[in-house]
Amino acid sequence: MPIRSLKSAGRWVLAILLFAAGVWAQRSGVIEDFLYYLPDVRYLAVQHLFLTAVSGSLAIAIAVPLGIVLSRPSMARFAESLMQVLNVGTTIPTLAVLALSMSFLGIGTVPAVFGLTVATLLPITRNTYVGLKGVSPALMEAAAGLGMSPAQRLFRVELPNALYVIFAGIRTALAINVGTVPLAFLIGAGGLGELIFTGIDLYDTVMMLAGAIPTALLAVIVDALVATIAFLVVPRGVNPSRA
Amino acid sequence: MIRLDNLTKVFDTPKGAVVAADHINMEVPRGEICILLGPSGCGKTTTLKMINRIIRATSGKVFLDGEDTTGMNTQDLRRSIGYVIQQIGLFPNMTIEENITVVPRLLGWDRTAYKKRARELMDMIAMDAEAFLKRYPSELSGGQQQRIGVARALAADPPVMLMDEPFGAIDPINRAVIQDEFLKMQAELKKTIMFVSHDIDEAIKMGDRIAIFREGKLVQYSAPDDLLSAPRNGFVESFLGEDRALKRLNLVKVREVFSDEMGSVKPDDTLETALSRIDDFGYQNAILMVNDRGEPAGMITRSVARTTRGYCRDHYQTAPPVAQLDDDLRKVASLMFANDTTWLPCVDARGRVCGHITQRAMTHHLGSRYRSRPEDSAPLRSQPETKE
Repeated sequence: MPIRSLKSAGRWVLAILLFAAGVWAQRSGVIEDFLYYLPDVRYLAVQHLFLTAVSGSLAIAIAVPLGIVLSRPSMARFAESLMQVLNVGTTIPTLAVLALSMSFLGIGTVPAVFGLTVATLLPITRNTYVGLKGVSPALMEAAAGLGMSPAQRLFRVELPNALYVIFAGIRTALAINVGTVPLAFLIGAGGLGELIFTGIDLYDTVMMLAGAIPTALLAVIVDALVATIAFLVVPRGVNPSRA
Repeated sequence: MIRLDNLTKVFDTPKGAVVAADHINMEVPRGEICILLGPSGCGKTTTLKMINRIIRATSGKVFLDGEDTTGMNTQDLRRSIGYVIQQIGLFPNMTIEENITVVPRLLGWDRTAYKKRARELMDMIAMDAEAFLKRYPSELSGGQQQRIGVARALAADPPVMLMDEPFGAIDPINRAVIQDEFLKMQAELKKTIMFVSHDIDEAIKMGDRIAIFREGKLVQYSAPDDLLSAPRNGFVESFLGEDRALKRLNLVKVREVFSDEMGSVKPDDTLETALSRIDDFGYQNAILMVNDRGEPAGMITRSVARTTRGYCRDHYQTAPPVAQLDDDLRKVASLMFANDTTWLPCVDARGRVCGHITQRAMTHHLGSRYRSRPEDSAPLRSQPETKE
């Protein structure tokens, strides 16, 4: 009972605060200032999403097959050490990766996509590998014993059963990706980073927020989108969210 | 039907080579269930899995229906053999229907054919097709899942089935039910089955033949009754347990032991007649009274017959429990102990008295098989004797 009353009190406080914030924003003219940046936000958001879409799809297209290859029994000897190399790879800050890719690919969209792809690769590879390795040996024995070929085992048993974990990796990776794209501005690829970094440099809070808030919203939207796809694609029997 | 010829598996381990199966020779005739039995690590599972190449044999051959499988394509071979494992291994991403039609779909059956087959299989395992076909494995109980596992193995009607402790993970009550259902199915399907178990009672119940393994060697391969009556060596004897004579009671039916010579009286007979019949047949205590329909109606005891005058119908005691002709001796023994009696009347399927079974006859039957150590128990071709 006390918890429930606390919750409803919390909801009230939140509503009041929101209302107060709205009143303040209207009075101080922040909303108008925001609207001033709207055309920029629109243009840059499209650029932002373009970078995410290209680097994200490239990362998925590379990481999922890589995870599959690493999980094959014949690769067992190298798989763990390769995963370690990838792990070390992620400890390098994305900014450093972008700087490196700029140093041999120049500036613009291409080095940005390259750097973002590299940064997005690991969570997907790791989850694909772990998801496939996690398929129960009993399932694999049953699949083999019933006479499935290795390819049939992969596509009919292993991948469907690992799909939920793979999608979890894609979800994390893309959310990070959207949050990292602003850095691409630093090597001349545009995106909402343009508003954020310029806003910081000019000490213009509204401009910075005009970049930061849409970035956060995009991250939430992309995450929800991938979650929806996962919900629809992962077979019902192995989908915890549909159980 | 299944013939193993010098089948051998050597595992290379860091501690050196381990012989998991050592020149196994055996043959399972068509339509029989052969149980591979032994303690863990004895090579029974290895032997089974070499047949469908889940484990590659180091040397030796497997013949199915007289044909050497060595040259066969692994996938084709496996699709022609039903396979059931202890962990069941239903695919959680597929519905029950998709699960049981895996092999037909691999074999390229058309949609209507395998859909129809799925319904037949559900009927066969006595599960409601409407209710279950569209469900997922996680929505089923363990017992139901293993029934589906068996159905999946039977889907393409393979002549041979391999079962690796199929009922091991199911609770004892459900296990007995599933075993009975399976035996009923097998009576119609007549598959040739190799079945790994570590449960001696399951082996005796399910097996037409039992192969006892120890340390990679086949120690004895016999029919259950021969195995229990004539264990080949001390290891087999101890594995079967001290109570193996009692276990044999499971295997013998009343029909094999009962005697149809039996004195009885009718309700209209006098007690005098009853007394003289008791004496004629040499009964110690009592004689059975049978009604007009031939059903057991009561007992006339000797003391009553001797001291009283009148008709049986006025002086009987309640009838003793009866044994059906198809009951096993274990049940009969249990009834005898529970009722403190040394004999039971036997009735046929319609409940009519057709003879009696005595404790003496039972012990005699078991004893006679003990004394004759049958040479004909089963052909063990060039199988080296293991030391005791």
